[in-house]
Formats: sequence, structure tokens, C-alpha cells
Amino acid sequence: MVSHQEIRLSGSGGQGLILGGIILAEAGIIDGKNAVQSQSYGPEARGGASKAEVIISSESIDYPKVEKADLLLALTQVAYDKYITTLKDEGILVIDSSIKHNNDIPCKVVKVPIISTASEKIGKAMVANIVAIGAIQQLTSIVTKEALETAVLNRVPRGTEELNKKALMEGYNLAIESTSSKAVNKIV
Amino acid sequence: MKNRSVKLMQGNEACVEGALAAGLKFYAGYPITPSTEIAEICSQKLPLIGGKFIQMEDEIAGMAATIGGSLAGLKSMTATSGPGFSLKQENIGYAALAEIPCVVVDVQRAGPSTGLPTAPSQGDIMQAKWGTHGDHPVIALSPSSVRETYDLTIKAFNLAEKYRTPVFLMLDEIVGHMREKIEIPNKDEIEVIDRIKPEKGEADYMAYRLNEGDLVPPMAAFGEGFNFHVTGLMHDEFGFPTNDSDIADKLLRRIMNKINDNVDDIVMYDEEFTENADLIVLAYGGTARSARSAVKKARMAGINVGLFKPLTIWPFPEKRVRELIAKTKKVLVPELNLGQYVLEVERIVGDKAEVYHLGKVNGEAITPDEILAKIREVL
Amino acid sequence: MYTGSDLIKNNFRMDRLPHIWCPGCGHGIIMKMVTQAIENCNLEKEKVCIVSGIGCSSRAPGYMNFNTLHTTHGRALAFATGVKLANPELKVIVITGDGDCTAIGGNHLIHAARRNIDITTIVFNNNIYGMTGGQYSPTTPIKEFGTTAPFGNIEKAFDVCKLADGAGATYVGRGTAYHANQLVKLIENALENKGFSLVDAISICPTYYGRKNRKGSVVDMMKYLKDTAIDVKVAAKLPKEKTEGKFLIGEFKNIHEPEYTEEYLKILESIKSK
Repeated sequence: MVSHQEIRLSGSGGQGLILGGIILAEAGIIDGKNAVQSQSYGPEARGGASKAEVIISSESIDYPKVEKADLLLALTQVAYDKYITTLKDEGILVIDSSIKHNNDIPCKVVKVPIISTASEKIGKAMVANIVAIGAIQQLTSIVTKEALETAVLNRVPRGTEELNKKALMEGYNLAIESTSSKAVNKIV
Repeated sequence: MKNRSVKLMQGNEACVEGALAAGLKFYAGYPITPSTEIAEICSQKLPLIGGKFIQMEDEIAGMAATIGGSLAGLKSMTATSGPGFSLKQENIGYAALAEIPCVVVDVQRAGPSTGLPTAPSQGDIMQAKWGTHGDHPVIALSPSSVRETYDLTIKAFNLAEKYRTPVFLMLDEIVGHMREKIEIPNKDEIEVIDRIKPEKGEADYMAYRLNEGDLVPPMAAFGEGFNFHVTGLMHDEFGFPTNDSDIADKLLRRIMNKINDNVDDIVMYDEEFTENADLIVLAYGGTARSARSAVKKARMAGINVGLFKPLTIWPFPEKRVRELIAKTKKVLVPELNLGQYVLEVERIVGDKAEVYHLGKVNGEAITPDEILAKIREVL
Repeated sequence: MYTGSDLIKNNFRMDRLPHIWCPGCGHGIIMKMVTQAIENCNLEKEKVCIVSGIGCSSRAPGYMNFNTLHTTHGRALAFATGVKLANPELKVIVITGDGDCTAIGGNHLIHAARRNIDITTIVFNNNIYGMTGGQYSPTTPIKEFGTTAPFGNIEKAFDVCKLADGAGATYVGRGTAYHANQLVKLIENALENKGFSLVDAISICPTYYGRKNRKGSVVDMMKYLKDTAIDVKVAAKLPKEKTEGKFLIGEFKNIHEPEYTEEYLKILESIKSK
């Protein structure tokens, strides 16, 4: 079966979105798929909205940029406002609870406290990216949980493994709680 | 293949990995986005293998020191982007005339001048060909994926060493900065070519004397006992300056011919669905990815188009393009500039085919849909 | 067949002589003194690499029987940096001119000095662009004339030695084409310094600078060097009025500081031992 998913992670610089994108792409490769990751650079990446893009596909990936995203993550209001139009109508919007969104948008909206979960529940604001990709995995199954966990542990600084594993779990949970009607994957 | 390592890698990183696999031992450069990762990774990796890295005071010095490193016997590379490529041109001409092998990477960004840092562009394609004053041979390669970047960097070194000439690796920001899955070939799968050196202790060594039937003179390194002279002036077989018009004429023609007579060895390209196509999309670098996607979409819609992707930008893959145009009468050239490579396509086949151009200079990549729309428009 | 002294036979490409410089040019003397210093230091000729840029001075390496590299205008030090870092066993000497070194190549000069890379730089300083026919250079004195300063030069001249000193050179000296023996000693000391060394070798250009500025004959110009240069040690003991209008020669700086290629090799060693 052909699977091809395009994801845009957006927010502000310093939220670890590029690393989040790299981890998702590496997890895709561990799963035996093709993956491309790209990002915005330069003045656009300094302040304002910044973005990282990931395409994971069972086929070869030609055009490396996200055209219409299957999933948009927005961690700031600015990023939401800027990128919401690039989401497919049938796509999934994952936003932090702090963000005001338009109620008329056709996509599925998953509004969860990503930033406060990282800063308050886990106690490290910098793991918001890992919480976010945990939620994305749970919502899309774009990569397997095993691959994602391996990819996270390959990339995070030594000594922070447990912290990041916890962040991933919290991410899964946020997604499960938000879609309680959906069948829940067993959490590892 | 067994034991090949598979990983996610950035284009600029693959350039360094390819260079190291080809035998890179010396890097001199100046930081400029979007090429900076190449310098950063070289500064980390070269010392690990006893190689040398230096950050020079400016782009001109980066090129000069790269040539110096090669003359001292090490495989040398520098990397830059448009503004720096402009600054390097005079010394690139020096390397061409003095026949110093080296690799110059240009990760193209939108210009002219400081332009749009650091949005993608393919605006330096003609500069690669004509950037420095005077006639000189040019080899320029342009990859469209991370794996191609790895392979073509190795190829760039091999061509530089084999033909004693600077070789350009024309990346663009799309390919330089994207991360992609890459399968790294094993060492025994990689061909590495080294410059031909004179016999040790050869008493009558002349720095620019040819072996019979060859167009490329063997090259000694400084410090090996040959005490030879190198200059950017027209020179005789010893390397000494001369104003002799016959010698100057012969020298420049030989330097051009060493490339022109070996085009088949140098030219590389890929093609898909080109047999009996109604239109050929001719695209290179990052844009070739959009073109491939567009060609596939078009074929799904029943439109009979093919893709021709030159990997060697210069010399132009003239022979193959002429063959294709014998059957297909329309060519579309999408590129991130206002019409550069298309000029060469027009020059080669303009009298036999309709040549169309799709240019974009707003700092964004050309999308597959834009190419598809143009295909529909002209067919 | 040209016949010359053993010094010339041992150090020059006899078949390349005579050189292209004008009659009376000071460059030939300075070039010979460079080879005398190389002989005196017993340097292995196969390990000497002489690099130059563009200009009258930069033609010198073509005549000298070593590893020689005639580069682009102003860039000799940048090429030389590449050669030296790639093969630190080479003794790298740069021969450059006042325009080559302090105008178009000024950036490379200050950074080579800052790095304290082991390169010995000899500036053949004739205060003019000779090769292009007598334009004023960064060392043309104020109020003097060049073909591009027909109403007199209004730019201050560089003191090449102070420039090199300020930028971090660890050996700095000045000699002249007249004070040939002292010049040899200065170049010898410069070659022996492990680090960036600069010798400002004051030359004479009778063809352009001399004629444009009515400096008289070649002999008059040599006499000017003899009468106007004061050794820095002598000058230190003289009252100020006695040194007015004169220029200093001799050794200005000779200190030891970490050298670039040695520091680089230390990094390589520390990685190897890990």
C-alpha cells in the first residue's frame, strides 16, 4: 500500500522544531521508508514564524517541500495564522491550547496543552518538541512507536533519555485524551 | 548491498562525506550561508584523519589557499555561495590556467548581490561557465538529491585530479539544506582517481610537459625535490612565463581540448520516459525533483512527457540532447533564474525544436504543479 | 653563456637570467640578498617555497631555483598560507611589493600576521606601482607624485613595519637595497623566527618614482638611502632633532609566540592520542 504523508511543524525559533522534524524523518527511515526533512532558514527563521517540514513515504520522494500538509503542528499564534491555509481540508491540525483558531476550518482540530505539559508536568519547556511528535505519532501512525523511541534516543543529549521518553509518553497521552472516541493504541 | 549504512543526511553533509571518500585532505574557506555546514563539518572531520582545515580572512583567500594546498600535494576543496563565488573567480581562472586540481562548491542562493539570503536559486549556472575572464575549460556538476551530492562530489574530485582542473559542484539551497535518506556505498564500491605524478627523482622534470598522446601533464607537489615554477602567466613546458604567441596559443588550446576531447568521459545524465515523448522537461539540481514529480503526474493524466536531467551541467550534454530532439520537438527548461541554461539548450537545438522556459526568482522552489501547468500550456 | 658567482649558480635559474627589471632598479640587489640569507641559514633548497603576487617584485621567484609560485595580485600570502598549512615542512617565503602587500593584499597581510603563521615576507618596497607605469601606492609619501597623483599625493603613507607589528607579526625589520649586508642579516633573522616575519626592504625605482619626483640619478637615489636611513639602535641615542626627516632601519621586533601550523599540529596530536 502506498503511504505518503506530509507534515509541517511550525512555531518560533528555539522550540526545537527542526530537531523534531529530524527525529520524525529518522524514525521513518528506521521503519524502512523514505524520508525528507527541510526547513526555513535565514531572516525568516530569526523571530516570527519558523517551520520544519517532513515527508515520509513508502515511495521515492521527488518534490522535497510540503505542498499541502496532511498534518500541521502550530505551537504559536503567529505560526498558526501563517500556515493554516497550507493544510489539506481533510488534514489534522495540532495546536497548543494557547492558540485561538477559526472554528470554520474544515480540518480535524486537536487542541492540546503541549507547552504547559512540557514545562509544568515534565518540568522542561525544551521537551515541547518531543511531546508534540509523540502526539503526532499517536494521531497519524506516520512512524511506529518503536522507531520513534529509537530515533529520539539517538538524537537527544546523554543523560536526558528518561526525560525525553517521558515527554514522548505524555505526547501519546495528550493525543489519546483528545480523541477518546477513537480506538486507542496500546502504549508501550 | 550488504553493510551499506543508511541514514538521514543533509545535502551539505553528504558533500563533505563524499569529499572525504574521494580523499579530501585540505579545506580553506570563508563562512557563507547556505554553504556554511560544509565548512563546519570539514572543521570537525578533517583533523580526525590528519587533514587540514583553515577559515581564511575572505573568499578570495579561501580560493587562494585551496590552490596552495593542492600544490603542496593534498586534495583540496572550498565551498561558498553566490557572493563568494563572484569573489573567487580570479583565482579560479588561475587554477584553470596553472592546471591545479581542486573542487569548488557553490551552494547557490538567490542573487544578484546579497539577494535573498538564503533562498534557493540556480542563478550561478552561467557564472560557472563564464565567471572568470579569458577562455578556460569548465566542468560543473549539479546533483538533485543527497545521494547524488555524495556521488557527484566524489566524481568532482576524480575529474579534477584526472584533468588537472578546478571542478564546480553546483548545489542549490534546496539540495544543500534538505535532509534525506541516503545509503552510503561501501569503500570498495567507490572509484577514487589520483593525479598522475612524475617518476621520483626524474631529473629533467618539466612541470607542463605531456606524456606522449596525453593532454594532461603529470603533476609534482612542492617539496618533492622538483623545484618547479607555477604562474598565472602564459607559460612554456617548464612553467616559465612567455610572451611567445605560438606557445600561448598552443597552451590555451590544449587546456580547452583536454576537456573538449573527453566530453564522453565527463558528461553524465539521467533520463526517464524520453523515448517517443511529445515533450522533454530538461531540468537539473533541486528543480529536477519538481520536474520528475510533474512528469509523473502528467503521465498519470495521459500526457506523453519525458525527463532529461543533466548531472554534468558543463560541458553541456550536447550529443544526447541532439539525439532526443531528433524525435521530440518540444523542450521545457524549468530553472530558478530568468533564463540561463535555456540559452544553451536554444543554442544547441533551437533550430530543430521549440524551446520553452519556466523561470522563478522569488526565492521559492518551482512546484510540480507549476511545471505541470506549463506542460499543459505548451502541448 | 652567463657566468656568475657560486651564489648565483647555486640559487638561480641561470637560463632565466637576465631579469626583466629596469637598469638601476633596487630589486635585483634585494633578490640576491634573499638568496644569500637562504644560503647563510643552510636551508634545504627542495624544502624552500617562494611565493609572490603580481608586480615588479613578484617576478623574482621565477629566477630563483626553488619551489616557486607566482600567483594573482595581492594574494601571495593567501596562497602561501595554503602551501604552508598543507605541508608545514616547507620553508615558505613570500616576495611581494608595496602595492601587492599593503593595498590589494592588505587584508591577507594583517591576517597572516595575526595568525603568526610561519611565513617570511620580504616587501620589495619601491613606493610606486612600477609594473603599470608609476601610479602612487600606499607607501608613496604624501605630496609626492605618481601618474595618478599629478597634483601630488594627498593620502598618508603606510609604515609597513608598524602595520605588521600592530597586526601581530613576531618578527619585524627594515633594511634597504643600499645597506645590503644588514639586509641579509635581517632576512636571516626573519627566516629563523618560527612565526610570521616581515622585512620591509626599501628599494629604488629610478624609472618611475625617481623620474616623477625628480630624485636624480640611480646613484643619487642610492645615496638618499645611505644618508636618510638611521639604524634604530643609533637613533635611540640621538636627540630628536637629529632624527627628523630620517627613516629607521634595523630590527624592530623579534619575539616568540605560538605559531599557527604548530598549534594546528598539536590539535592533530591530541586527537591521535585519544
